[in-house]
Amino acid sequence: MSDGARVGVLELVRKTGETGIFFVRLLAACVPALGRPRLIIAQIYNAGARSLIIIMLSGLFTGMVLGLQFYDVLNRFGATAALGTAVALALLKELGPVLTALLFAGRAGTALTSEIGLMRATDQLTAMDVMAVDPIRHVAAPRFLGGLIAVPLLTAIFTVVGLFGAQLIGVQFLGVDHGIFWSQAQSAVALKDVTEGVVKSVVFGTVVSLIAVNEGYHSEPTAEGIGRATTRTVVASSVMILLLDYVLTAVFL
Amino acid sequence: MSRQDEDERSRVSDSQNKPNTDVTDAVIEVRGVHYAIGDRPIFDGLDLTVKRGLITAVMGPSGTGKTTLLRLITGEIYAGRGRVAVFGRDIGALTTRELYATRRRMGVLFQNGALLTDLNVYENVAFPVREHTDLPEPLIHKLVLTKLEAVGLRGAAELMPAELSGGMARRVALARAIVTDPEILIYDEPFVGLDPISLGVILRLVKQMNDALKITSVVVSHDVHEVATIADYSYLLSEGKVVASGTPAELASSESATVRQFMTGGAEGPVRFHYPAPDYAEQLMEVSR
Repeated sequence: MSDGARVGVLELVRKTGETGIFFVRLLAACVPALGRPRLIIAQIYNAGARSLIIIMLSGLFTGMVLGLQFYDVLNRFGATAALGTAVALALLKELGPVLTALLFAGRAGTALTSEIGLMRATDQLTAMDVMAVDPIRHVAAPRFLGGLIAVPLLTAIFTVVGLFGAQLIGVQFLGVDHGIFWSQAQSAVALKDVTEGVVKSVVFGTVVSLIAVNEGYHSEPTAEGIGRATTRTVVASSVMILLLDYVLTAVFL
Repeated sequence: MSRQDEDERSRVSDSQNKPNTDVTDAVIEVRGVHYAIGDRPIFDGLDLTVKRGLITAVMGPSGTGKTTLLRLITGEIYAGRGRVAVFGRDIGALTTRELYATRRRMGVLFQNGALLTDLNVYENVAFPVREHTDLPEPLIHKLVLTKLEAVGLRGAAELMPAELSGGMARRVALARAIVTDPEILIYDEPFVGLDPISLGVILRLVKQMNDALKITSVVVSHDVHEVATIADYSYLLSEGKVVASGTPAELASSESATVRQFMTGGAEGPVRFHYPAPDYAEQLMEVSR
């Protein structure tokens, strides 16, 4: 193994260990943080409510594209009646959780990292620590919990809006029967499919929020350092979402 | 030796040599501290004592580790060797819970204020009170307004930190540092960037708090003349050690070349103004070649 590769592996191990230790400290801090619901609600608003427009718009267009693509494919087999089933399953099991998490990482994850990084750079975290206020409990834990709660909620909204978008194209423009679209969607979706989507969104919410908070908390306190940490949040979150999506899909199949 | 004997010996020592660095009333003791950042030594056997109820100034050229000393005292970093004791307890040996209990007895004024940017001025000052006490809201209100009035910023209570000037931010930070009535107040460059009126007010405030509340103050500053007006005892740091100490009057009349250079702001002297570099002329010739 070359020196460069060895350094890379060591850095990966170090980073994984650092994140693991931080995760344990974060979980321990989440218990007292739960006693301050106002802080968590504020973060659900910051990370979740402020991401609503991008999530709803993306959900609508994703559903519309799915409506077009699935209609085109199903039409070749004369099976356009299955449009509702195909769209519902695709959104519930895959696209809803994955795309929401990717969008959340890009919109809210980067904001979390840069906000915490800037707090580090301007000594706000140090000031809290010196005032005997644990910054992990007061800053990191509420943001982590806010993200963790927001992602499943945003996923549900993404999926519902996506279904509406697919219905808009399939039923309103391409002529699929309204009743068949919804009855097929309803009958084909089992509790297991919903569970898969929920589990994925919770796991993705945990991972993205952890990465965002950890990168911000440990960012170098300079403009460059915060920029690099923000980039790492997007890259690491995206890779982890897609990797874990494969693992979770394999587990649920 | 019994505790009574020790106390008696301390009292005698105090009366003979006032003000002094006797450890009897020592609130902060730094003994033989070595600290390095990477390979660069910052402290090389640092010794100093901060006595209860006094204003102790820590002065020195840039890069001598004054802020690092404050971080050692607050337990943000730990000495490689030696001992930093606050309230008689080794700060490096405390558990997190004990460290936080000790920090609750301190107030720190950061150089840049370090106000929480998502809270307005009022909430910033109220923050430590809300975190550490269950005081009723009307009492917190009175407490916060009293401290803001003391720093002349009661009218700015609703402003956000981004709307404050640097000097105002530092005054808010001072109000926040004193709101819990700490036993030790640590000021990191408190006079930088203040207009003359604010400077005068802050100087008087530091002195008044020290006199009225018997707060022990540690002032890290470059502002020799301002510090001299309020400090009871001063330490001058250079090259990782205390190179001089005494009352402001003693330092002002010192014959030491280092002290004189620092007090008069001379570029030439034992304290290097220039960062170590190769020969100037040679380097210029290299560029022209």
